[in-house]
Amino acid sequence: MLSPKQTLDTYFLEARRDLLEVAALLDRYDESVSREGHKAEDESKLESLREAMQLLAKPDHSKADRAKQLLAHFAKID
Amino acid sequence: MQIIQPHYHAIARTAQDYERMSMSGVVAVCEPAFWAGFDRRHPETFIDYFAQISEFEPTRAAEFGIRHFCWVAVNPKEAENVELTNEVLKQMPEFLDKPNCLGVGETGLHKSTANEIAALEAHVELAMKHDQLVLIHTPHLSDKAHGTKTVLEVLSGMNVNPDKIWIDHVEEETIEWVLDAGYWAGMTLYPVTKCSPRRAVDILEKYSTERLLVNSSADWGPSDPFTLQECIVEYRRRGHQVQEAVEIFHNNPCRFLGQNPKWDIKPIRITEE
Repeated sequence: MLSPKQTLDTYFLEARRDLLEVAALLDRYDESVSREGHKAEDESKLESLREAMQLLAKPDHSKADRAKQLLAHFAKID
Repeated sequence: MQIIQPHYHAIARTAQDYERMSMSGVVAVCEPAFWAGFDRRHPETFIDYFAQISEFEPTRAAEFGIRHFCWVAVNPKEAENVELTNEVLKQMPEFLDKPNCLGVGETGLHKSTANEIAALEAHVELAMKHDQLVLIHTPHLSDKAHGTKTVLEVLSGMNVNPDKIWIDHVEEETIEWVLDAGYWAGMTLYPVTKCSPRRAVDILEKYSTERLLVNSSADWGPSDPFTLQECIVEYRRRGHQVQEAVEIFHNNPCRFLGQNPKWDIKPIRITEE
C-alpha cells in the first residue's frame, strides 16, 4: 500500500494529463459551437461532465467512494 | 500514408520500433542528440554518441527501409557543465559535415539557468555561423512557460533566421508565442507529460498549420513512437482529408528540414488517376 505522499507523487501527473484531456474536450466543444453557430440539441452529456466535476471538487468524501459515485452518476446517461 | 517522424531517439529504442514504424508508413526519422538519463562526464563520450547517431544508427534504420537523420548538441541538462559543453562545441562542426546531420539540436533550456542560457546562445551562434538548422528544446511541465519565454528572449537578442529555427514541445500555453515570433513550432506527443494526440489535433485545427511539426520524441522514458500515428488517426477521424494529413505529417517536415540540402525527401501530393 502507498503512503499519502507516495499516492500523490505516483499519480499526480497522470491525473494532470486526464484533467487536461477533459479541459481540451470542453474547449473542443466550445470551438465547435462557435464554428457551427449552435449548441448540441441535447447537452445532457456536457451537463453530466460538469456535475461530475462538481462532485469531485467537494473536499469532503468521508467514504472515499468518488469513483462509485461517479459511476452511478454516469449511469444516468444513455 | 507516408509519415516522417521528425524527433525520435532511436538509440533508446529497439529494432522492433523501426520494424513497426516501417509497417505503418514511416519513411524517415530524425534523431536529435539528447540527455542519456545521467550526466556524461567526458567530451569523448559525446563524440562517440555523435558518431553513433551519425554513422551507426542510419545502418540500423536502413534495414527497415527507413532513412535516418540526426542533429548534434549538448542538451540543456548537461550544459551546466561549462567545460564539457565548450569542449564538445569545439568538436561539433566535424559532425555538422556528416551526410545525415541536419543541424544543431536539441539545445534549449531545462531550468533556464545562466549556464543553460549561455550554452543555448553558443549553440545558436555556432549554427548560424555554419548556416545550420536549429532544434530547441523547451522545458517540461511547470518550467515550460517561463523557459519558452526565455528561449524567445534569448533568440530575439541574436541575429537569427526564424525560418531555420524549430522550437519544440509547445503546448496550448506556449504555441502562440512561438508562431507569432515567426519560428517553426513542434508538438511532442507523450503518454503523460507532454501534449496528447487529441490535444495536438485541437491545436492543428485552431492555428495555421504552415509552421507546425508533430513528433513523438520517443526515448528511454515513458514514451511511444506511435503516438504520432494515433494523432494521424485522430486527425483523420475528425474528417480531415488524406492530403491535409500528408501536408502536416510528411510535407511540413520536408519543408523545414529541406532547408538543409542533405534532406532530399520532397513534399508529396496524392492525385487520382
